[in-house]
Amino acid sequence: MARPEADLVIVRLRDLAAARSGDKGSSANIGVIARSPAIFSFLVGWLTPQRVLEYFRPLGPTGIQSHIFTKLEAINFTLEGVLAGGGSRSLRIDAQGKTLGQALLEMEVDLPVPLADTLLPERHGVHRHE
Amino acid sequence: MKSHIKIGNAQGFWGDIIDAPARLLSSQPDLDYLTLDYLAEVSLSIMAVQRDQDPRLGYARDFLSVIGALAPHWRSGRKFRVVTNAGGLNPKACAEACAEALRKGGCAGLKIGLVTGDDVLPLMKNPGPLAPHFRHWETKEELATVADRLTTGHAYIGAAPVAEALALGADIVLTGRVADPSLAVAPCLHEFGWSPTDYDRIAQATIAGHLIECGTQVTGGIMTDWLNLDHATDLGFPIVEVAHDGDVVVTKPYGTGGTVSLMTVKEQFLYEMASSEVYLSPDAMVHLDEIEFHPAGDDRVRMAGAHGKAPTDFYKVSATYRDGFTASAMLTIVGHRAVDKARRTGAIILERVRRAGFELARANVECLGAGDVVPGVLRGPDPASLVEVVLRVTVADPQKEAVDRFVKEVAPMVTGGAPGTTGYAGGRAKVRPVFGYWPCLVPRDQVQATVEIVEA
Repeated sequence: MARPEADLVIVRLRDLAAARSGDKGSSANIGVIARSPAIFSFLVGWLTPQRVLEYFRPLGPTGIQSHIFTKLEAINFTLEGVLAGGGSRSLRIDAQGKTLGQALLEMEVDLPVPLADTLLPERHGVHRHE
Repeated sequence: MKSHIKIGNAQGFWGDIIDAPARLLSSQPDLDYLTLDYLAEVSLSIMAVQRDQDPRLGYARDFLSVIGALAPHWRSGRKFRVVTNAGGLNPKACAEACAEALRKGGCAGLKIGLVTGDDVLPLMKNPGPLAPHFRHWETKEELATVADRLTTGHAYIGAAPVAEALALGADIVLTGRVADPSLAVAPCLHEFGWSPTDYDRIAQATIAGHLIECGTQVTGGIMTDWLNLDHATDLGFPIVEVAHDGDVVVTKPYGTGGTVSLMTVKEQFLYEMASSEVYLSPDAMVHLDEIEFHPAGDDRVRMAGAHGKAPTDFYKVSATYRDGFTASAMLTIVGHRAVDKARRTGAIILERVRRAGFELARANVECLGAGDVVPGVLRGPDPASLVEVVLRVTVADPQKEAVDRFVKEVAPMVTGGAPGTTGYAGGRAKVRPVFGYWPCLVPRDQVQATVEIVEA
């Protein structure tokens, strides 16, 4: 994938954070935990509720709430109505939203090289796009 | 009075590792309390089906085997107490069966504290002026839309009656629906004599209970970095050490697998947590924003900063109602154009049900392996390149006959469908009743918990 901005590094959210998801009725929550304080500062501005909602748009969420846990360097998202009826009614194999955390961690994150060097000082095997 | 107590949780759900309770006791000789959490949101509806078949059932029968495994520890004179919601929707029957199991295990004389009063189904069936409280918590629908199909309705009561049972000398406290963290709060109330309005300490104990309620999910289970986890075969079950002043340390028995780290504890803290600064429990309204976790040694994480205020005037209620029938069938499809073959197979199965005269209310065809688990979000390799995929077809209908017909249309695809169809060794899919979930509220003053002691 060639990009006009030459000095961007594409990483995945999993390089920056851990995540866990579960159900709340027909909604699901995803807790995202930054892997460092610097990453947390970046994610607070970048991983917005709008971005997360857009990412999961194909599942038909009706809304999103988020709460930032500054002391835990974590953000908790609740995707409303995302489970197509929820644990007991949904016909999906993942009726309880157990996999949504893993799905979110596959999100691509475009980082300018200097920022990538700051956030991921020990990064290996991440390709720089020329 | 003890300066601190150790509370371990050895069942995170109904179906968790069956020998975990006995092993947790063996690996942690100074454990004071063992909590066992059997109830998820719709567990009680499964128990309702069992009770329909036999009025002596309707609780977590797994617990009876646990009692057998714990008996040698009691016989040896060890002091520990068990707090569990294994009573499900029939705690009385569970208590009788437990007493019998204890006697068989040579533990006659042990006391079972029975906590009841969480069942609000009779109230929901004749709500009168309470009807507005019973509106669906999310959708605001009136209860009347499902009232004739209600099967269970239980309030999440708090720690107070459980602590009362402990004060009466119960060795085992058996409850129905009690808020999960309250199983851990109750021993603290009892041991430390906290006032019911000591909300900050109760808040600490509540979050401690929340952290261990799903068993090994806080000791390495499902953690993001799980592939890097050593000794994942034998994860230790979690323990919280709670001090009189509300200090909390999360840990696990020495020598067990898994890990308790800042990351496992943070991940589990956020599990099934609403996106809010408060966590509502029947014992306290917990304010979360000041919570901190700090390393406190190997496999030890200290938690501080939970603050509490008075709980609301309502209990949360989990009710369930009959919502027709469902079945889910899987076939494995292999070879060239596996995804095309799988999707066509799914369409044919559904069409054959239609031609047999049944219009299924709902149906879903998934090609597992081809990006259908989180459809449209998580894409793997180009589906056209796949040479094997699992087809999963799931249907739901108010009419059982329609779903019965569906499960009969799957096997014929092994001989009359796509080449490379296999994986039918499990036999015909099972038709199951669906229970819709109906969360709502009930005013506290409408619920009266009662405590009695049953001697084994």
